[in-house]
Amino acid sequence: MSDSPVDSEEVRHVAELARVDLADEEVEEFAAQFADILAYFDALDEVPEIEADEDLVNVMRPDEVREGLSQEEALSNATETEAGYFKGPRVS
Amino acid sequence: MASLNAFITEERIESDADGPLAGKTVAVKDNISTEGVRTTCGSAMLDDYVAPYDATVVSRLKDAGATIVGKSNMDEFGMGTTTETSAFGPTRNPVDTDRVPGGSSGGSAAAVTAGEADLALGSDTGGSIRCPAAFCGVVGIKPTYGLVSRYGLVAYANSLEQIGPIAPSVSEAASLLDVISGEDANDSTTVAEGDDSDYAAAAGGDVDGLTLGVPTELIEGADEGVVETFWDSISELEAQGATYEEVSLESIEHALAAYYVIATSEASSNLARFDGVRYGLSGGEGNWNESFARAREEGFGAEVKRRILLGTYALSAGYHDKYYKKAQDARAWVRRDFEGVFDDVDLVASPTMPVLPPELGESLDDPLQLYLMDANTVPVNLANLPAISVPAGEADGLPVGLQLVAPKFDESTMIRAASAVE
Repeated sequence: MSDSPVDSEEVRHVAELARVDLADEEVEEFAAQFADILAYFDALDEVPEIEADEDLVNVMRPDEVREGLSQEEALSNATETEAGYFKGPRVS
Repeated sequence: MASLNAFITEERIESDADGPLAGKTVAVKDNISTEGVRTTCGSAMLDDYVAPYDATVVSRLKDAGATIVGKSNMDEFGMGTTTETSAFGPTRNPVDTDRVPGGSSGGSAAAVTAGEADLALGSDTGGSIRCPAAFCGVVGIKPTYGLVSRYGLVAYANSLEQIGPIAPSVSEAASLLDVISGEDANDSTTVAEGDDSDYAAAAGGDVDGLTLGVPTELIEGADEGVVETFWDSISELEAQGATYEEVSLESIEHALAAYYVIATSEASSNLARFDGVRYGLSGGEGNWNESFARAREEGFGAEVKRRILLGTYALSAGYHDKYYKKAQDARAWVRRDFEGVFDDVDLVASPTMPVLPPELGESLDDPLQLYLMDANTVPVNLANLPAISVPAGEADGLPVGLQLVAPKFDESTMIRAASAVE
């Protein structure tokens, strides 16, 4: 079993980190489910350390100006825009 | 057959190019961007999002003369095994409309099975092409990582996912793979191996001298009817000159836990872009954090929230080494295990899904049980290998899929063997 039981408070904390509001029922439901799922993840404790020798190569290209979306296209899905910019909520 | 709910958006995009797909209709999974057409990912978050550009695979479909007939239904952001978590309602399995079509590319497979499209594109992060192909009795291919461009695919867990074809036959799936594979300057993880491919030519059905490895670990937990049908198809391949041997993939017991840790971690990062400002459902009034959190509360369904939270937890201070780092070790172990097996055999064979298609609603309550259904498919994504699901026959009147896994970029051998099963 997990040595870190997940309670409602922990679910609320993680939800805050992830910027997802949750209803009270959701918090309770997730807390119960996460206990099961994280207990299942504990099987990873048995995994030995593995030397991972991926043969990766860097993919480079010259940094050249190319056609992109127009400003109008980039803004086309935003709920609020102002003078050609995205308009977001205040930061604090 | 409109009651299948295979499409989220039905919109015809004709092409007058005279290519290999001229005259063919194709359904495109709704997480693949299509210029000027709504692309929702099965989510209320993107209910009215219209993609301003085409995914590379969509450009290639158009260049090949295909007619796109719509955007197919899917589990929200590709997170599911049944196509029941779509914000636009579940898709039904055309073989038995009381049952799920599998997921997350359930709309794509259902459209092909029901003849609502000749071919379809799906995406596969942990089995999302192969699962619905198996449950709906059609062919699905998850290509080697890097063979097909992911440019324009809305990312869920980008180190695992690939776009691939779903079709009624192996040769048609191979032809569609020929069209979409190949290097793309817009996706630096693509490689040149698929540039001048002729996978369709491989579908000749000659399996004489081929050796198959059957991992005992993937047979033990499967339903009896599934296992019987699986062995029947192996016998059929033996009759055609192939041989099989039992092999062991010791790491596979840990693959599922590793997959869910990696997939949810990547999801928590990738889905952070949905802030309700540049696109997607707006969170309305309040400061940034309040607005951001409200947009995501309203826009995301339960499974998406569950995975974002699990991923955030797995990556948070104090748990990173326990979960994420260990999952990466397990991933390397799975990859090495497969490499070892491929020293002895040409392909690895197993049932695609350990179970028959569940009834609608039957499997939603317990997420862990649902995750366990992916046991046979996820090791392939962890190892970045290619795999195909081909109809192996029926059990209790329901389709069973045979999964064949090949070494990296050996799609041809896999397609050749699968064509012998048909």
